Amino acid sequence: MSRSLKKGPFISVKLEKKILAMAASNKKSVVKTWSRASMISPEFVGHTVAVHNGNKFIPVYITENMVGHKLGEFAPTRIFRGHAGKKDKAKK
Amino acid sequence: MARIAGVDIPRNKRGVISLTYIYGIGRSTAAQILDEAGVDQSVKVEQWNDDQLTAIRNIINEKYKVEGSLRSEVQMNIKRLMDIGCYRGIRHRIGLPLRGQKTKNNARTRKGKKKTVANKKKATK
Repeated sequence: MSRSLKKGPFISVKLEKKILAMAASNKKSVVKTWSRASMISPEFVGHTVAVHNGNKFIPVYITENMVGHKLGEFAPTRIFRGHAGKKDKAKK
Repeated sequence: MARIAGVDIPRNKRGVISLTYIYGIGRSTAAQILDEAGVDQSVKVEQWNDDQLTAIRNIINEKYKVEGSLRSEVQMNIKRLMDIGCYRGIRHRIGLPLRGQKTKNNARTRKGKKKTVANKKKATK
């Protein structure tokens, strides 16, 4: 079920503050976040966000195409390296 | 011969059904098109006159994305997902379902035909 339009997209308040501060001062540094559910808004473009995947932080460089997706979509939480004995097809 | 939007030539069927042979047009869009063109839905394609045919053709040309352009749009959407490396894109790349279905068994539509793995010998008593 989709989110009520009235509420607007969910972006973690702290994360948004940090990004906006960085955008204002023209600095670019990696912001660590656990907020995988945050929507990527247009202000994020060009910044790098390190998204937690439950184990470590995955650096995600935000491009224009990613706007509207959630941060968690870019930091997979599971690793599947293929089944034993299956040689080909295990490319990434 | 009724040729609309490129290649499609369904003929001895009712208008609504016949239009659904075009990629991108289903029952409800077909009904809408016919209503707009003022053609009765149950009239067969062979009984359409030229005016009706051109009217239908124009409506499809102007308002709907069908066949090739629709197919390429779908492909572009998939390609975009794969390029940005999001979860759905990754699932597209490795050919598994995208929407959280289980893959322990089934999921054959995405995974393709079963590839049998030689199973272990049963321990004999």
